[in-house]
Amino acid sequence: MKTSCCSGSTRVVWILALVLLVVHQDWWWWDDRTLVFGFLPIGLFYHGLFSLAAAAVWAAAVKFAWPHHLERWADELEDDDAAESQPPAPASQP
Amino acid sequence: MSTALFLAQAGGGKPLTALWIILGYLALLMLLGGAASLFFRGTSKDYFVASRSIGPFLLLMSVFGTTMTGFALVGSTAKSFELGIGVYGLMASWSGLVHSAVFFLVGIRLWAIGKRYNYMTQVQFFRDRFQSEFLGYVLFAILVALVVPYLLVGIIAACKTIQPITAGMFPETFAGVPHPVKAGVMMFKGAIPPWLTALVICGVVLFYVFFGGIRSAAWANTFQTLVFMVMGVVTFTLIAKAMGGLAAASEKVLEVSPKHAGREGMIGQLHFLSYIFIPLSVGMFPHLFQHWLTARSAKTFRLTVIAHPVFIAIVWIPCVLIGMWAAGLAAAGELSVPNANAVLGRMVASLVESHVLTGLLTAGILAAIMSSLDSQFVCLGTMFTNDVVVRLTGPGRFTDRQLVWLARGFVVFVVAISYALSMALLTTNVFNLGVWCFSGFAALFPLVFAALYWKRTTRAGAIACILTTAAVWLVLILDALVWIPAENPAERIFGHIHRGEYLIKGLDVMPVAAMFLASVVSLVVVSLATKPLPAATIDKFFEPRAAGGSGDPS
Repeated sequence: MKTSCCSGSTRVVWILALVLLVVHQDWWWWDDRTLVFGFLPIGLFYHGLFSLAAAAVWAAAVKFAWPHHLERWADELEDDDAAESQPPAPASQP
Repeated sequence: MSTALFLAQAGGGKPLTALWIILGYLALLMLLGGAASLFFRGTSKDYFVASRSIGPFLLLMSVFGTTMTGFALVGSTAKSFELGIGVYGLMASWSGLVHSAVFFLVGIRLWAIGKRYNYMTQVQFFRDRFQSEFLGYVLFAILVALVVPYLLVGIIAACKTIQPITAGMFPETFAGVPHPVKAGVMMFKGAIPPWLTALVICGVVLFYVFFGGIRSAAWANTFQTLVFMVMGVVTFTLIAKAMGGLAAASEKVLEVSPKHAGREGMIGQLHFLSYIFIPLSVGMFPHLFQHWLTARSAKTFRLTVIAHPVFIAIVWIPCVLIGMWAAGLAAAGELSVPNANAVLGRMVASLVESHVLTGLLTAGILAAIMSSLDSQFVCLGTMFTNDVVVRLTGPGRFTDRQLVWLARGFVVFVVAISYALSMALLTTNVFNLGVWCFSGFAALFPLVFAALYWKRTTRAGAIACILTTAAVWLVLILDALVWIPAENPAERIFGHIHRGEYLIKGLDVMPVAAMFLASVVSLVVVSLATKPLPAATIDKFFEPRAAGGSGDPS
C-alpha cells in the first residue's frame, strides 16, 4: 500500500512488527526454567507477553497505518445493485 | 427412533450426564443457527457473503472460530505433552503475530477488491487478476483438494472424541459395533459408533448452513467460539485445583521432567523459526476469504486484527500448561496416557472425575471442530456454484433464487461426500494429511501477496507458482508418508522424523519452508521472464495512489 508506507508513525509501526519477528526467537531464555509467579515457565510467560505485544503493535497499525484510501476505493463502485446484476467480467476482458 | 427414546433404552451402562450435555449443546447450536437463518434475505449475495453486513464482534468470533480447530484444545495439550512449553512459541505466538498481519495486509485489501467487483470466491479474484480460465480451474481443484482433508480431520476428530466419552453407555444397543483393538482388547465397548457421531455432527451443521448460509455459520461460530474459550479456561482451573494449585503443579514438572519447562533438547532453533510459515496459510484459506467478504466495512476488521493474538493466548496458554503438567504426572508414573491426543481427556478423567465437566469439555472440543466445519461446507458449496456451474453455464443462466438453491444442493452434496469419505478413512491417519494441507495453503501465500502488491506478477508466473508448489508438496508428502524405508523408518530421501515431525534434512526445518521457497522463486523468476499483464488489468486491481498519508481519513 503505497500511501501507508510514508509517514513516520507508519514506519515506526512496521519497524516494531519487524522487531517482534526478531525477538520471537527468544534464544536468551531457551533453556531457562525459572517459574514466573511460581507456576509459569519463563519461556511461556515471555511468549504470552509476546502475544500481548503483537496485539499492541496491530492496535498501533490500526491507529497509524490504516488504509483509509482503500476503503474509499472499495466504495467507489457502491452501486451494488448494478454490480449484482452484472456478474464479474469474463477473464478474457480487462 | 427419537433421541429421547434411544437414550431411555440405554440402561445398564455408565451415566449419560455427559451425553445429555453434549446433546444440549448441539440443540442450542441448531436453535441459534436456525434463528440466524430467519434473517436470511433470500438472495445469493446474502447466502454467500451475508450481504456484506457482518459487524466487528461477529467477524472477530467467526474468523477466530474458523482458524481454530479441535487442535486448539486437544492438539495443543498433546504437543505440549510431547515437546514442552516451546509449543506455544512454535504455534500460538507466531500465529498471533502472523494471522493479524495477514488480516491487515491481505484480508482488508481482498475485502476491498471483493466489494468493488462483487466477488464471492477466491477463484473469481485470481481468475480476473491473472486473466486466465486455466489458472482458475487449476486453483479451484487445488483448493478443494486441500480443504477436503482438513474437513475430514474435523469429522474424524469428532468421532474419536465421542468414542471414549460414551464408552460403556450403550452396552446392549451397540454391543456388536466394532471399535479399535489394543493389546487384544476391544476399546470403547458400548460407545456411540463413529458412523452415528459423524451423521449427527454433519446433520447439525448441515441444518443451519443449509438455510442461512454464511450468516448462520457466523452466528454459530460466535457461540461455538465462546463455548470452547470458556471451557478451556474452566477445565484449566479445575485441573490446577485438583493438582494442589498452580505452583504445586508446575514445581512437580521441574522435579520429574524439567525439560518440558524449557526448549533445549525438545525443539531446535531453526525448527522453531521455520514455524513462521505455517500461519501464513490463513491468507489462502478459501473459507476465511469468504468470511472476510462478509465484513460490513474495512473498519470491521479492526477488532479482529487487534484481539486475535489475545484470543489465541487465552485458549493456548492454559492448554499448554495442562500438557506440561500431564508430562510431569506421566514421568512420575501417576498418569497413564495411551497416546498424546488423549492427554486432555485423561487429565479430566483422572483428576476431576466429573461427568458434567467431561460433557462440557467435550462440547467445547466439538465447538472448536464444528466452527471450522460449517465455514468449509458453505465455502465448498459456494465454490462449486460460482466457480464451476455459473462459469460453465454462463452468467444469467440461473435466477438469483435458483443460485441459492444450487448452492444449497452443493452444500448437501459436499456434506454427503465428506461423510462417506470420513467413514472410509476412519482408520487411516488423515491427521498427518491435515497438517500437510496447512503447509500447502501456506506455500501458496506468495501467490496472493504478489497478486495484491506486485504489479509485475504475470499469468505465467502465477501458474508456475501454483504448479511448482503442488509438485514440491507432492514430492515431500510422498517422502514423509509413503516412501518409508524398511531398514530405518526415521530416515527419508529429503527429510527425517524428529519427535514425530518430518523435518528437511540438513537444516532441520519444516517442509513448508522448502515449499515456500520454491513457490517464491518460481513466481518471481517466471514473472520476470514473461510479458507483464496489460495496464488496464493492473489498474483494475491496484487503487490509484492517494495523495494523503496513511493516517489521513479525509
